[in-house]
Amino acid sequence: MLSIKNLHASIEGTPILKGINLQVNPGEVHAIMGPNGSGKSTLASVLAGREEYEVTQGEVIFQGKELLELSPEDRAREGVFLAFQYPIEIPGVSTTNFLRTALNQIREYRGQEPLDAVKFLSLMKEKMALVEIDQKLLSRSLNEGFSGGEKKRNEIFQMAMLEPKLSILDETDSGLDIDALRIVSNGVNKLKSPSTATIVVTHYQRLLDYIVPDVVHVLYQGRIVKSGSKELALELEQKGYDWIKEEVDTAKATA
Amino acid sequence: MSIKTKQELVQGLFTASPSNFIALREQGKEIFLSQGLPSQKSEEYRFTPIAKKLEQAITRFFPASPLSLSKEQVQNALLDGFEGDVLVFSNGYYHPEFSNQIEGMEVSILSEKPNTPIGSIAKPEKDPFLSLNQATFSDGIFISIPSKFICKKPILLLNFHQELDGQVISPRIWIEVGDFSEVTFVEQGCSLGSSPYFVNKVIEIQGGVQSQISYHRIQHEGNQVIEVSQLETDIQRGAQFTSFYLSLSGDLIRNNLSLHLKGSNSVGNMYGISLLQGKSLVDHHTYVDHKEPHAESNELYKGIFGDYSRGVFNGKILVRKDAQKTNAFQQNNNVLLSEDALINTKPQLEIWADDVKCSHGCTVGQLDEEALFYLQARGIEKTTARGLLLFAFIAEVVDKIQIESLQKYIITLIQERLGSKFRT
Amino acid sequence: MSKDNQLLEDLTSKEYEHGWSVNYEADEAPAGLNEGIIRWISSKKEEPQWLLEWRLKAFATWQSMAEPSWANVNYPKIDLQALKYYSAPKQSKKPKNLNEVDPELIAIYERLGISLNEQKRLQGIAVDAVLDSVSVATTFKDTLSKLGIIFCSFSEAVKEHPELIKKYLGSVVPIQDNYYAALNSAVFSDGSFCYIPKGVRCPMELSTYFRINAANTGQFERTLIVAEESSYVSYLEGCTAPQRDENQLHAAVVEIYAAAHAEVKYSTVQNWFPGDKEGKGGIYNFVTKRGICAGDYSKISWTQVETGSAVTWKYPSCILKGDHSVGEFYSVAVTNNYQQADTGTKMIHIGKNTKSRIVSKGISAGKSQNSYRGQVQVMKRAQHAINFSQCDSLLMGNACGAHTFPYIDIANPTAKVEHEATTSKIGEDQIFYCNQRGIATEDAVALIVNGYAKEVLNQLPMEFAVEAQKLLALTLEGSVG
Repeated sequence: MLSIKNLHASIEGTPILKGINLQVNPGEVHAIMGPNGSGKSTLASVLAGREEYEVTQGEVIFQGKELLELSPEDRAREGVFLAFQYPIEIPGVSTTNFLRTALNQIREYRGQEPLDAVKFLSLMKEKMALVEIDQKLLSRSLNEGFSGGEKKRNEIFQMAMLEPKLSILDETDSGLDIDALRIVSNGVNKLKSPSTATIVVTHYQRLLDYIVPDVVHVLYQGRIVKSGSKELALELEQKGYDWIKEEVDTAKATA
Repeated sequence: MSIKTKQELVQGLFTASPSNFIALREQGKEIFLSQGLPSQKSEEYRFTPIAKKLEQAITRFFPASPLSLSKEQVQNALLDGFEGDVLVFSNGYYHPEFSNQIEGMEVSILSEKPNTPIGSIAKPEKDPFLSLNQATFSDGIFISIPSKFICKKPILLLNFHQELDGQVISPRIWIEVGDFSEVTFVEQGCSLGSSPYFVNKVIEIQGGVQSQISYHRIQHEGNQVIEVSQLETDIQRGAQFTSFYLSLSGDLIRNNLSLHLKGSNSVGNMYGISLLQGKSLVDHHTYVDHKEPHAESNELYKGIFGDYSRGVFNGKILVRKDAQKTNAFQQNNNVLLSEDALINTKPQLEIWADDVKCSHGCTVGQLDEEALFYLQARGIEKTTARGLLLFAFIAEVVDKIQIESLQKYIITLIQERLGSKFRT
Repeated sequence: MSKDNQLLEDLTSKEYEHGWSVNYEADEAPAGLNEGIIRWISSKKEEPQWLLEWRLKAFATWQSMAEPSWANVNYPKIDLQALKYYSAPKQSKKPKNLNEVDPELIAIYERLGISLNEQKRLQGIAVDAVLDSVSVATTFKDTLSKLGIIFCSFSEAVKEHPELIKKYLGSVVPIQDNYYAALNSAVFSDGSFCYIPKGVRCPMELSTYFRINAANTGQFERTLIVAEESSYVSYLEGCTAPQRDENQLHAAVVEIYAAAHAEVKYSTVQNWFPGDKEGKGGIYNFVTKRGICAGDYSKISWTQVETGSAVTWKYPSCILKGDHSVGEFYSVAVTNNYQQADTGTKMIHIGKNTKSRIVSKGISAGKSQNSYRGQVQVMKRAQHAINFSQCDSLLMGNACGAHTFPYIDIANPTAKVEHEATTSKIGEDQIFYCNQRGIATEDAVALIVNGYAKEVLNQLPMEFAVEAQKLLALTLEGSVG
């Protein structure tokens, strides 16, 4: 589904990603972990097409298409969804209105008829139950005055509505209490299917108790330095990131 | 009142003006004659009837002569616990005999520095009182602070005023602050008589790269003063300018404060408190000009108006096209204590750059009667309770004063005023 | 930023939709402004002597006045002598009802999307259609008259209800009020008159649709709304003009009188031709709108969506004379290309416990200039007056300007006045967020702008709100920055 080859990216001339290789297949959940500043969020942003990052080398193939050639909205329309670490506030625009605009533009791109109000509302009701989100929240201005938990839940609700093929969750667990974490993770798990894939970007293992990954990657200094099963995450939780850093630095020294 | 009579009014000043800076004075005069004194139809002086006031109160429109001061007078005028250097003036004339020599700093009479670019910051076209001062200033002072000079102690500019021979005082001050230098000024007027006089003052400050300049002004000379004072400052990259005005009395006071942020990452802070009673009118006109990107300005003015007093606030923030990433904030809050007090406030934003964060706000309200009652119910006497609440209203501005001794002194002045009874 | 600039260049602004004009035979006054022309207009309209005298007095007053220059707008001096002050489509005889109106004229309105056919028309809106200098048709007159509501053209009102016109004309905006009001008083041609009797709640929206068709013509209409005690009316005004290279002058006067417990809601969607992308042509919109809350507990609410005109100079105001009266002003002003708008409001608090609320949302794009100018005045006897003002500006692109000039003059210590203003740009992160959900940048801008203006758009009657939203998007098309 997603194939990243030797991806390099920089911001304002400073290289952040220095050769990422990653293969994600349908049905898989990949966790990307790593210490602060390792480039986790950069990877998520580059995949979604944030402008500040300049891709200097490498390629990303998503379902047979050159992802990096596409505009951010076309990536979304192709099925890439980014759950933002810091969801943006848009005053005066309700989540409902926002999502209806988004959904119908995606449908148009795919050559589908727009959903009428009735069908849209029934779809919304169905998905609302999935992430235990309140109707009242959806008629308020998008993310404006939302609590941290409400914002993240709203992200997952949007994910449910837009039915992406690849979901990238960028530090979705940050700032969540245990109940919110459970609700958000439940939502993500219910949305999993053999034809979709998920990339979970996180600093802590905690989220992975709820969203169980098939593969765990450790990102350090812009490279994936270690990959393994979900046990790797537990090991990181116990030992911290220092042993990985040491391993990498030793390897560098001997090389 | 026609423009012509207004010009005749000030004729005496032209005749008596000193014979230095001839070309400069001629230019000032010419510009003034084309402007005339502002009538109330003039947008900038809509609420401040300065021309009318001058006509009524100033009968001898001639320059006031320097006073002969005594050491005791100077001593008595110093604020309690003040630690710093003092420069003494009377009616705009410098008195080196009572002033401190400040090591590393140059202080001269303006006429000894004929090359000073007077009027280059305070451009005479901007305001008739600027051009009038440029044409008629008595003698002023030139202060130069070299670069990398950290002046730890504040410098007090102590001005004695009294009508003598004439009733018009026209001081002029030029201050240049070198790159990376730090300096703090405190300016205070002291009246030695009780008959009215008119002070038309201009201060120009040039701040170098990363310099830090603060200027404090205490206006508490009594109700015989009519004053127009203009402070015009240019600062360069990374520099910071902070001003603080405390206005407690005066017949009619107009403060024009202009700050030109000429370098990126520069910061301007403008603070003010007006605490008025009687028939005082204080008019604060502030202007911040954001010329370069990444600069910041903060403005906070609060006013409490009792009796027949009147407050005018006109704050303008200009953000020019190249001044992207500007942050500019302005706030003006007022409390009216009496039925006869009046406030006219006009906060303005003029924005020509798109990537900016600017906001302004202003409020007019009154003392919270509920809060007052609450305090009284806890046994606090009404006058005290009122003072307490009013002080709380302005405390935010007082907190901006960095020099402890000065802050203490200012708090004392404010408390004295709040302790006295406001008419309601 | 580079992407935005690209977009700016790639996308060309949509052309003005209502830019077409129609040729019809017209009755026109010769160009020029003098006493003779005023007499000509007055006699053409078969006016009574008192009205002619009123016009002549206005003309004399106007001659002694100078054109105002304080607004933050620049335009070449208007040659008032080159304008025609009257132009009306020729109709062989005066139509008695809609069926007799020239089908060609009805077609003009059909093309603008305004059906004058009562059957086809959505129920609930009565329309007075004003073409150039005259009213061509008023719908639903009979339905309204059963309730005692008078809704007709100004000319008709002069003939049918002279006592009302005599009483209220110039009572809110006096002749000498300002330069353009005086000019309007001298030469006004037609407009709408509406009278709601005591205790009547007008069951439908009343609306006037202004269309300038003729070239070199000034439009000077006059609207007068009188709401008697405990009555209610919601009034809508819409306007368009053909795309012409030369500038056209529109100098209207609107007066509203609200008696005790009466409520008047006045909504405008102003879409005059704004000039082309180079700033050529467009309407000069110099309008005086003012209402007086004369009675206790009365309320006047202005809502405006300003997207058109080359130059706008307009301050719908409320005089809050009655105790407990309420004034409101909700405004969205969008400027693009070379448009200039200097608009805002005045709230004059005279009565006790009066309240006013100002919500102004400016949006500037292109090389346009957008100024908010407002005054809140609390008079000495206005005990416990309350005002809240919120004035926001949104900037798109770095060649435009946004300015805020609020005047706050308070002479009563019990007043509570709050003014807040912010200036910001559309966040790049907001646009990216929309993009990431599959929304194209153009649509993202429309979404964000409509959200920004929502508080004002919500004040509009449903049908108008939809039109206004579309207009906002249309005006800003191709101006992401």
